[in-house]
Amino acid sequence: MARIVVDPVSRIEGHLRIEANLEGGKLTDAWSSGTMFRGIEMILQGRDPREAWIWAQRICGVCTMVHAIASVRAVEDALQIEVPDNARIVRNIIAGAQMVQDHVIHFYHLHALDWVDVAAALKADPAKTSQIAQSISDCDKSSAKYFKGVQQRVKGVVDSGQLSLFASGYWGHPAYVLPPEVNLLAVAHYLEALAWQKDFIRIHAVLGGKNPHPQSFLVGGMSTAMDPNEPAAVINPERITFLRELVRGAKKFVDDYYIPDVLAIAPLYKDWFARGEGLGNFLSYGDYSSGDQSDPKSFLFPRGIVMGRDISKIFPVDPSKITESVAHSWYEYTNGDGKGLHPSHGETKPKYVGPKAPYDHLDVDAKYSWLKAPRYDGKAMEVGPLARMVVGYAAGKKEIVDSVNGALKALNAPPAVLFSTLGRIAARALECQLMANQLEGWVNELDSNQAHGKTAIFNPVKWDPASWPASAAGRGWHEAPRGALGHWVEIENKAIKNYQAVVPTTWNAGPRDEGGQRGAYEAALLNTPVADPNRPVEILRTIHSFDPCIACAVHVIDAQGREYTVPRVA
Amino acid sequence: MLAPETDLGKALEARGITRRQLVKFCSVMLGTLALPERYLAQTVAAVTKAKKPVLVWLQFQDCTGCSESMLRSSNPAVADVVLDLLSWEYHEVIMAGSGDAANKALERVVKEEKGKYLVVVEGAIPTADDGMYCTIGGRTALDIAREVCGNAAATIAVGACAFDGGFVRSQPNPTGALGAHEAVPGIKIINMAGCPHNPANTAAVLVHYLTFNDLPDVDQYNRPLFAYGRIIHDQCEKRAHFDAGRFVTEWGDEGHRKGWCLYKMGCKGPEANFNCPVVQWNDHTSWPVRAGHGCIACASPRFWDHMSPFYERLPNVPGFGVDVSAGEIGLGLTGAALAGVTVHGLIQLIKPAAPENPPVAPTPGTGKEN
Repeated sequence: MARIVVDPVSRIEGHLRIEANLEGGKLTDAWSSGTMFRGIEMILQGRDPREAWIWAQRICGVCTMVHAIASVRAVEDALQIEVPDNARIVRNIIAGAQMVQDHVIHFYHLHALDWVDVAAALKADPAKTSQIAQSISDCDKSSAKYFKGVQQRVKGVVDSGQLSLFASGYWGHPAYVLPPEVNLLAVAHYLEALAWQKDFIRIHAVLGGKNPHPQSFLVGGMSTAMDPNEPAAVINPERITFLRELVRGAKKFVDDYYIPDVLAIAPLYKDWFARGEGLGNFLSYGDYSSGDQSDPKSFLFPRGIVMGRDISKIFPVDPSKITESVAHSWYEYTNGDGKGLHPSHGETKPKYVGPKAPYDHLDVDAKYSWLKAPRYDGKAMEVGPLARMVVGYAAGKKEIVDSVNGALKALNAPPAVLFSTLGRIAARALECQLMANQLEGWVNELDSNQAHGKTAIFNPVKWDPASWPASAAGRGWHEAPRGALGHWVEIENKAIKNYQAVVPTTWNAGPRDEGGQRGAYEAALLNTPVADPNRPVEILRTIHSFDPCIACAVHVIDAQGREYTVPRVA
Repeated sequence: MLAPETDLGKALEARGITRRQLVKFCSVMLGTLALPERYLAQTVAAVTKAKKPVLVWLQFQDCTGCSESMLRSSNPAVADVVLDLLSWEYHEVIMAGSGDAANKALERVVKEEKGKYLVVVEGAIPTADDGMYCTIGGRTALDIAREVCGNAAATIAVGACAFDGGFVRSQPNPTGALGAHEAVPGIKIINMAGCPHNPANTAAVLVHYLTFNDLPDVDQYNRPLFAYGRIIHDQCEKRAHFDAGRFVTEWGDEGHRKGWCLYKMGCKGPEANFNCPVVQWNDHTSWPVRAGHGCIACASPRFWDHMSPFYERLPNVPGFGVDVSAGEIGLGLTGAALAGVTVHGLIQLIKPAAPENPPVAPTPGTGKEN
């Protein structure tokens, strides 16, 4: 038996370490460890809840803004503030744009190199690549000349002997099976996506001043004042025209590049429709309301739970059943680590008991991660695009059912293939398309409201802390690109008393709990064949299919944190 | 003004870049750096050297927002930076290799490029409890930073966290987080403060380094003067409203819809140094004040603790005067008109004196332009 260690896992957000046992060419066990802690928990205590979103947003710069929206929702819930319709729409556009851009970046820049051999693209015939490109998409850039140009650029880099970011790849690994022409196609689209993502995300600059970390949320609405007759208003007819241009461009990119590329590459890796199955339990809080944000029936992505891969049943989400365990996490609970705690009375007391650095292996029988282990009704759950598509499919949400069935038909495969590494990739692409289709509708709603003189975008009634009750508590949920995100806040004497976030990657990447139950990554790696323990590309394929975000996951906000003095290095 | 060079032309062609594109890019960089155009030929030559200088990008206690910000770079586009301008050999969020392959790439650079490579640091460095709050490949961030920054030609600290510990160091600083220059004292470093850093400025520093083999001139916080030499308030598009006394007093009110000054809503622009209003974000599309929200002074020292509460009006925040002295803030805040001379004086500050013979790195001017 060999122990494989992958640390750092690159092409993710944050610091993740995977240890796994290899026996007879397959993984027999796996452990997922987050290796960075910031202690954001202690930092929010006593601060103004109206600015909590500015702080909470810094939990992550990849899924930027998702913690901002969850934070303002939590405080608005606590103070019982209803936001104007325009604020709901602008938040949907900002969050939807984030989802579309984030998913595209994930596929091309964080995940593709697990499937695409960049070096092999040099052997491609550009004319054949052109034929393939034209057979799968209406995309403009598909001439043999264009692909020859890309190939020359790659050749220039390779010939220089300075391969830059590509120097450390597993090129030539037998697990790469794409024909050279498809590799060239994917490399070309890697570069196209890199150029596209920065152009599209100007939508966050228009509606938030910048990306990452847009700066336009307010407890009670948005700072993006609307006025059809003011050139200096943040939202006016001119800006609406620009927003429309951007969202149409996004839809075109997803339709012309992302979806065709996924559908072209997936059938060439069919084995991966039966690997990386994972837990089979799925949780979605649901989000993206078409009207009343407090009514889950109005959501684009439904709220619900599917257990044991049984899509014939869907269960409601009961917030009281969420707990977090620290039995294998570098924390301690006041009343012992044997039982999980609900986020509303959670604790974050760091207690590092791992090996002293530099170390070769973690003590996986004891505590081994900075992530906690969230559980729903005691069960480990998977969250994210696959969870949303599975829950939406089980709920019979028409757009989702049509989208999933369309893809299954194109791949000539049954629904069971969804529960796999490739299933996660396909689900992410499909929901990206659903969202890209949705964005223009929201821009139109904003336009219509403005044209009808409905320009309110902020509710001022509770801005003044003097209007607040002595104490209040609230919950803010959001379906972030990586899955179900929840913030819990407790306010007392105009200040934050307690703040907790339970984050998508904590659900997926968390360690075992007190019962030894594996987290989603750990479960998904079981039985994965690994051809070469020194180049474990197979581990990367499944882990990347979840799109890890460890900065988010490492546990986060609980303003009850202990106070202690910090030893300083001289 | 550029003499034709056959080799250069071929080199560009091999990289799929037209000469016109290259010259345009170099002109933009010179503009950002506030350097005279006569450096153009030298800059063009520097960015097309046969062997590209090596860069490694380290991520510690970060949110990856500064990496993402770099990906949004538009002039130059990030692909041009990582493939053409430099050999970008280690950067966890986008590099091909993981685990051993990644660690070996970093080891190779430290050993074979010793003293020659650039290192970018993103995120704070935890120093409490033996640095165990951040490990990569089983090594602590502190251990890695000491080795990699210690052997580099220069360190570029991007974002508030790498600058001075940023968000992670906010009270009560649970992990003993520090900025790179404090965690690894004595290294040659430039601080690209901001949350996140602005990629236009960081790209300009890279080009400056390639052109002059040195870092641009810096202020007392090691921030480059070209980007941090002026107060936001003095460059703000809403400044005329401030001077005329037209303020937003409630979110969504008439003044807010008309784009008036956000000072009374807590804007920290009057005491924040940054070229944010000028270079803006995301291909010069906008910046936070234009999105209707006050500035939070994200490029100022220890801004999280010093400039919050963010909705509290100046000067009722603890850091009043940290980044900008009361004199520099001007009389504006007390109601009198700000002397016009301030703007002029600051422009002179960031314009380098004209050395007679490039390639000497420019030094801060004494007031004489060009």
